[in-house]
Amino acid sequence: MKRSISLLAKAPLATRIAAGFVGFWLVLAVAGPWVAPHPVGAFVDQDVFSGLSSRLWLGSDYLGRDVFSRLLYGARYTVFLGLGAALLAACCGTSLALWATLSGGAVDEVISRLMDTLISIPSKILALVLVAACGSSLPLLLLICALTYVPGNFRIARALAMNLAALDFVAAARARGERKFAIALHEVLPNMVHPLLADLGLRFVFVVLLLSGLSFLGLGVQPPYADLGSLVRENISGLTEGAPAILAPALAIAVLTVGTNLLIDALKPEDKR
Amino acid sequence: MSGASTGKASLWPLLTRRVGSALLTLLLVSMVIFGIAGLLPGDAAQEALGQSATPEQVAALRHEMGLDQPAPVRYAHWLSGMVQGDAGQSLVAGMPVGAIIAERLPNTLMLAGMTAVLAVPLALAMGITAAIRRGTWIDRAINLASLSMVALPEFLVATVGVLIFSVKLMWLPSIAMVSAEASWSDTLRSCALPILSLTVVVVAQMARMTRAAIADQLDRPYVEMARLKGASLSRVVLGHVLPNCLGPIVNAMALSLSYLMGGAIIVETIFNFPGLASLMVNAVTSRDMPLLQACAMIFCSAYLLLMLVADMVALLANPRLRAQ
Amino acid sequence: MSAPHIEVSGLTVAVGDVPIVSDISFAVQRGEVLALIGESGSGKSTTALALMGWCRHGGRIAAGEIRVGGMVIEGKSEEALSAIRGRHIAYIAQSAAAAFNPSRRIMAQVIEPAIIHRIMTREEAEAKAVDLFRALALPTPETIGDRYPHQVSGGQLQRLMAAMALITDPELVILDEPTTALDVTTQVEVLKCFKAALAQCNHGRGATAIYVSHDLAVVAQMADRIAVLLKGRLVEEGPAEQILTAPRDAYTQVLVNAPRPVPAAPVGDDGAPVLSVRALTAGYGRVVDGMPQIPVLRDVAFDLPPGGALGIIGESGSGKSTLARVIAGLLPAAQGEVLLNGSALPPRLEDRSLDQFRTVQLVFQNADTALNPAHSVRRILARPLQHYHGLTGAAADRRVAELLDLTRLPAEVIDRPVTKLSGGQKQRVNLARALAAEPKVLLCDEVTSALDTVVGAAILSLIEDLRRDLGLATVFISHDIHAVSAVCEKVLVLYGGTPVELATRAAFNGPRHHPYTSLLQSSLPTMDRAWLDTTRPPILRGFRVEGLCPFQPRCADAVPGLCDAVPAPLREGDGMRWLCHHSPSIKEPA
Repeated sequence: MKRSISLLAKAPLATRIAAGFVGFWLVLAVAGPWVAPHPVGAFVDQDVFSGLSSRLWLGSDYLGRDVFSRLLYGARYTVFLGLGAALLAACCGTSLALWATLSGGAVDEVISRLMDTLISIPSKILALVLVAACGSSLPLLLLICALTYVPGNFRIARALAMNLAALDFVAAARARGERKFAIALHEVLPNMVHPLLADLGLRFVFVVLLLSGLSFLGLGVQPPYADLGSLVRENISGLTEGAPAILAPALAIAVLTVGTNLLIDALKPEDKR
Repeated sequence: MSGASTGKASLWPLLTRRVGSALLTLLLVSMVIFGIAGLLPGDAAQEALGQSATPEQVAALRHEMGLDQPAPVRYAHWLSGMVQGDAGQSLVAGMPVGAIIAERLPNTLMLAGMTAVLAVPLALAMGITAAIRRGTWIDRAINLASLSMVALPEFLVATVGVLIFSVKLMWLPSIAMVSAEASWSDTLRSCALPILSLTVVVVAQMARMTRAAIADQLDRPYVEMARLKGASLSRVVLGHVLPNCLGPIVNAMALSLSYLMGGAIIVETIFNFPGLASLMVNAVTSRDMPLLQACAMIFCSAYLLLMLVADMVALLANPRLRAQ
Repeated sequence: MSAPHIEVSGLTVAVGDVPIVSDISFAVQRGEVLALIGESGSGKSTTALALMGWCRHGGRIAAGEIRVGGMVIEGKSEEALSAIRGRHIAYIAQSAAAAFNPSRRIMAQVIEPAIIHRIMTREEAEAKAVDLFRALALPTPETIGDRYPHQVSGGQLQRLMAAMALITDPELVILDEPTTALDVTTQVEVLKCFKAALAQCNHGRGATAIYVSHDLAVVAQMADRIAVLLKGRLVEEGPAEQILTAPRDAYTQVLVNAPRPVPAAPVGDDGAPVLSVRALTAGYGRVVDGMPQIPVLRDVAFDLPPGGALGIIGESGSGKSTLARVIAGLLPAAQGEVLLNGSALPPRLEDRSLDQFRTVQLVFQNADTALNPAHSVRRILARPLQHYHGLTGAAADRRVAELLDLTRLPAEVIDRPVTKLSGGQKQRVNLARALAAEPKVLLCDEVTSALDTVVGAAILSLIEDLRRDLGLATVFISHDIHAVSAVCEKVLVLYGGTPVELATRAAFNGPRHHPYTSLLQSSLPTMDRAWLDTTRPPILRGFRVEGLCPFQPRCADAVPGLCDAVPAPLREGDGMRWLCHHSPSIKEPA
């Protein structure tokens, strides 16, 4: 932890800004309910779609509720569902990829074919079909988002694992008589960690965008819960007034996803000469 | 040359195998989609008749809809219908699914086509410029812009577009009206905001992948060799590198174009665009499974077709495969 | 004497503030060939490329002056340099296979310098290219330009690149290790072509050339002057004759008197063999009737006594590394068997016992890929100790320290990640990992080929000592005939996967050989400056015919009507066994 902080202090400005955005959201997502100035469902303003003020920092929404407080609560769903789904997708995808690579033959054939099938269904389409069939409770949304991004993670992890498995140190481990599981865990996986972490970040961005997109369509997080996408949806009538109630949550998502994306890019090894 | 003829002989089996693989994937996709739709709790007959229907009525409708048959039989029936262009009856509209889709598909194709005409050259220009100017401020600016654009939520792009161009400047309509009578310029004007929004969404990814494909080649010895022959970097990129990364670039284009088909859901919804993606959202909301399945199959077929074309281009562009 | 054609003084190339080469000065007269010689990392390529104003990996010319025929190179803009590159100064790269654009036809690439610099029309340039192809002894000179790079051989590509360099009649040609990636027999051919082509340049006046190489014997054939570089500094420069016969600098003396491994005394008795290979056939693809789709090894057989050393030599593609993989179980054989202490080893890894794994250890060629970059030295060595011997904790630590000591590695490397070690150190860790198993048989696959001469020789002598002290039976796989014939009691020569000669050391170092072994030996450059001109170039007639002698199409001693009609018999006598129509006692040395 200390090392990563000192590493960050030495990093270029862009990295620090990006890390700041991401860290800011993680803190807010955890601490949201404690710092929110108003209860999430309370009607605190006579006016709907009021502008920025010292009392209501981000104005009021279409029912006169405090946008800032609702934003803090909504961020929790967006961040935690996103993180959970991305982690789940990465774990499943990577495990399957290692299994397929080291088993080879028919196992690899079947798993790869299945993943190829799933990846041929555009992620939003797959999510929509799943939502239509299964519904959209919070646990289901988590599973749906995870399932949608397993094939993408699998493809990357398998390519990485295939390259590594062709190297001599894996051949050396096989000639030593090591078991497949030990080779996967000790020889292959440690060399995949960095690209996989970058992929995890990317999947997180994708999940957040997908999830808020679903909520925006009214097919994601359902009332009484509301994530950032739901906030944009419920305030869509304020668009013609340019109300902060609609722009603030949309911008909040953008800050989170763009920040994450910039951070991944800044941490990745330089490819420039 | 005798080598060329044997080379062609080995290219055909490759192409046929690739087409066969795409068809097999499409078949598997249809199973997955049919399978997921079958997870639906309750059944369509009950939904269609409502809670007040008697068990006899429900059973009669189930029989009429073929729901009392085992799943493999229903799948075979559905698939043979799809192959013949009969996607069944919409549960909600009571019309043939094919007719509903036929009305919407041209709109979506038009929107995707117009966006592609704008986005593809723009993305190529951005990607190639960034690669040629690698490491300069132009490269960094394009990198920063495209990284941000990739992660922007589509509704933010669309709403900001509406706010600026419709609400404040009042240049463009915020609702996309498409009709057969409207003139081209009217159609273009009313579709301008959706096209612009979609362009912002897809251009960044294409530009990044183009740059990455080129940059990946720039460290190869043949690039150094060409520079040491006296070729300028632009000449090297355009004359030497591009032919070698045609495959990945075409692949990136195909991926983005397939996104224009199925990924336009949010943009189509915001602008009330009468396309296939917003139709699919309606199908989800109303749980109109036959319509939903048909839409999903169209999007998946489009994806597979574009990928197939991209792979064919890559195969044909590779001299190792073209002339062995 | 006229003013020198090339004058470099005080040249320093740096990346950031770190100098790659510093304070290099030399001068070359018009028409002379200067060789830059040194180990990898000595800065020889950096120096040569600086003459074109080109610096790799973000480097820059930090100080010094470069004059080529009156042109000032340092400080010129990219545009000005582009006008010189390929026009006045041409470059021939190490690997033609990588330096040609895979997706463009050869002719377009060969004439590109003439087109870029607008000194010829396309037709003129193509005509000139065909002339050059003819002069470089390329087959079908009229049509070879229509092909793509992957359609011609490595040796041909290297000559095509020479044509690309010479098309503009440059006044200076830079050759950067142009034959390093080639087999020795191909190298002879290419060197002869280069020498003739350079001499004909500029209407017979000869081009000035910089020849970069790590191989002093090659340089002896090509250079008029030699400059020796060590760690980015010039240690000695002078006429080739003087450097080769009377080097002044201590490092040059080491290079010239290349450390040859001392022939080892035979160890062990000729008891029952610890490792035997019987009628082994292996390859890739589906196996039909015991013959794989792509056969790599055919009918290989040898015995290895305990503590003995067998050398396996052959050019790239001869199947020598595949043999090691088959013995180690990484590639199951299609036919034949491998016996360990008299009992057959299961062909597949899955069927082998832990003790069988332990007894046979494979040391991979390239330590960079053979050691897991995510692990420390300790972890790499501790793993086999735990795996084979159940050693953990303090006992394992003690043994790891012993292994480091055994392979003469400093104790402090123990916790370093392997990525932080030098090439020689990595190869020692690679060796120590095999020794941790306490094997009876050590398979060394080209263990010195990725290393510089001096470092490689040290590794070789280490393996020799270990073999003697631990009684390890060792299989040396190498393309280095000198090294193998010095340390091994028996030598097996592979050609195209078929063993053509198996000889004791005494017989191998004697005068009589299979024609292929003779060709290999005569293709090795020597320090004799007249060597290249007196060596006959290899020949090629027809293609390999299944069943006949594999070497017949290239054999100088092939008897028409016999070698191309009847399968070669296996002959034995005088401590050797070979596959040839000639008998060991008839043929006199060439």
